[in-house]
Amino acid sequence: MADQHAVQNIVHPSVHARNPLQRFLIATELDTRLLGMVGALAIIWIGFHVFSGGLFLTPRNLWNLSVQTASVAVMVTGMVLVIVTRNIDLSVGSILGLVAMVMGVMQTDILPTQLGLGLGHPLIWVLSLAAGLIVGTGIGALQGSIIAYLRVPAFIVTLGGYLVWRGAAWWVTMGRTVAPMDPTFQLMGGGPTGSVGAFWSWVVGIVACCAIVAGLYMGRRQRRRFNFPLRPVWAEAALAIIGCGLTIAAVWVANAYPWPVRIAEKYAEATGMAIPPEGLFISHGIAIPVLIAMGVGMVMTFIATRTRFGRYVFAMGGNPEAAELAGINTRWVTVKIFMLMGALCAIAAAISSARLNAATNAMGTLDELYVIAAAVIGGTSLAGGVGTIAGALLGALVMQSLQSGMVLMGLDSPLQSIVVGIVLVFAVWLDTLYRRNKH
Amino acid sequence: MLDARTPLVEMTDISISFGGIRAVDHASIDLFPGEVVGLLGHNGAGKSTLIKILSGAYKRDAGSIRINGEDATINNPRDAKGYGIETIYQQLAVADNVDAAANLFLGREITTPIGTLDDAAMEAKAREVMGRLNPNFRRFKEPVKALSGGQRQSVAIARAILFNARILIMDEPTAALGPQETAQVGDLIKQLKADGIGIFLISHDIHDVFDLADRVVVMKNGQVVGSARTSDVTKDEVLGMIILGKVPAGAVPGPGALQS
Repeated sequence: MADQHAVQNIVHPSVHARNPLQRFLIATELDTRLLGMVGALAIIWIGFHVFSGGLFLTPRNLWNLSVQTASVAVMVTGMVLVIVTRNIDLSVGSILGLVAMVMGVMQTDILPTQLGLGLGHPLIWVLSLAAGLIVGTGIGALQGSIIAYLRVPAFIVTLGGYLVWRGAAWWVTMGRTVAPMDPTFQLMGGGPTGSVGAFWSWVVGIVACCAIVAGLYMGRRQRRRFNFPLRPVWAEAALAIIGCGLTIAAVWVANAYPWPVRIAEKYAEATGMAIPPEGLFISHGIAIPVLIAMGVGMVMTFIATRTRFGRYVFAMGGNPEAAELAGINTRWVTVKIFMLMGALCAIAAAISSARLNAATNAMGTLDELYVIAAAVIGGTSLAGGVGTIAGALLGALVMQSLQSGMVLMGLDSPLQSIVVGIVLVFAVWLDTLYRRNKH
Repeated sequence: MLDARTPLVEMTDISISFGGIRAVDHASIDLFPGEVVGLLGHNGAGKSTLIKILSGAYKRDAGSIRINGEDATINNPRDAKGYGIETIYQQLAVADNVDAAANLFLGREITTPIGTLDDAAMEAKAREVMGRLNPNFRRFKEPVKALSGGQRQSVAIARAILFNARILIMDEPTAALGPQETAQVGDLIKQLKADGIGIFLISHDIHDVFDLADRVVVMKNGQVVGSARTSDVTKDEVLGMIILGKVPAGAVPGPGALQS
């Protein structure tokens, strides 16, 4: 029965395309909006490269950019789900601040002295991170329950949370900055030691390439099983080449950025390595926070597209009443979304505080706005029901590129805020135009 | 004759109020297997509200619901689906932003052995059901938003019959449709009836339901005016019930009947 009906339109729609570009886009089934964002990002990068006198497109700057993006990138994956269900979370920056404080106190005070593990114990970072995740998820559960079961609008609950958790962050140490962090914990923040080095970067890159090819193959097999139209083979090959090419280029860039000379020399002294006359070249490789963010991005994409939970999130965003009538427990789904958001704030808090090597009570200030802006620039619609994790991650990268590009150009910080604000409004206006033309 | 069998649905003395307004006032209604009951009345007569109590969207203040002669607990749409009650709502309850297959299986997705969504299997099944219902339907990959009224209605109906409903509630099922699509829905109702499914058809327009229904129940101001077999009354008599609350000789009067 299924076969009879499927056979009728087994031809892939790309054969009807008129010009080569259109045929390429339809055949590869690439999201044109996402491609537009990649194009915008390319223009921004090249523009900054020219106007900063060749400082932007260097391994050093791109590596730093990737590390700076990591914290917001982790949070934006959760914000997509929040916004898709027509909610908002204004408290993420404050949750980040409080959780960073809690983790800071855990690893500098509670675990080493009060519980007697001693400084530098290998379990300290695990326990601190676990404590942070528990606090973050708990805060999310509390806010989510108030939103879902007591029916207080998310805007108000998280606006309250914005104040409450920022205040709570201050109370943890009465405003005192906590530093330095545990050496193992610090690895989550990047830096020369917080990167995986050239060899492991290539391993990650090769694994990613294999995953891309395997994913394409599995998708094709699944389509054949149900007699769905297959992409032309050349389109599959093009996708594989583009995907693997980008991966390899990213690894190459990360490996092209060497450790600072002084640190490399110290390292050589400590390990008894001979320093060659032309100087020591030790690659950073991919930074650990970037790996964390990529892992989070993959897991969240999986959750959003391959699980029932993700399906419910989008259905609720499209038509909350229909979702309820279809028998979905919409309130519990809402609570779970905010719990997830809280957990992601905790991961972002670990990255931020490890990178700064301190927890301050101002940490994460204004992050909520950057996260929301990144999600919206990445194509998440505040009207609900629309958004992708990949788009939001790109949005985060665009936001961070703008900021660090302007720093490289030496723009004053008030002017930076003005530009970011204008870009946000402009991007959403473009998106509105795009969607209007599409339908 | 029919009364000797156990009714599929028996709603007795159902009442519900919204902020002091009695939307449904001691209404009783029943439905037998393979029977089509038209529930008629003006806008605001309480018919949609009464039926939403059966489908779990509202919780009743008083009264009892029996399914197959046994007391049923229906507190939410999930409970109702558990009793095989499927509803097609007036404002088509589909999620606009996801595709047809996702809508068909919303809340009851097919999953792979490791618990992830099996989109290919769901789409294949969706193609099968939609092929039976609306053979011209092709747009499986697009969000439901992009579909016409009739296509969206097909999706909503397909969802209801996909899971072996025993009791089907259709709230203004043809309100958004053209003549040809309306005829298709009519054929579908006859087909489902032949399968022994009990169907409630809700409408404010008598012409939509009179020819399809075996029996009509008329509501006015939250009360049941009366019920009649469509073979025993004329359209004009039913119209009199709807507008004036006047019960003709061939009908059984209810609590809302005009006292003369």
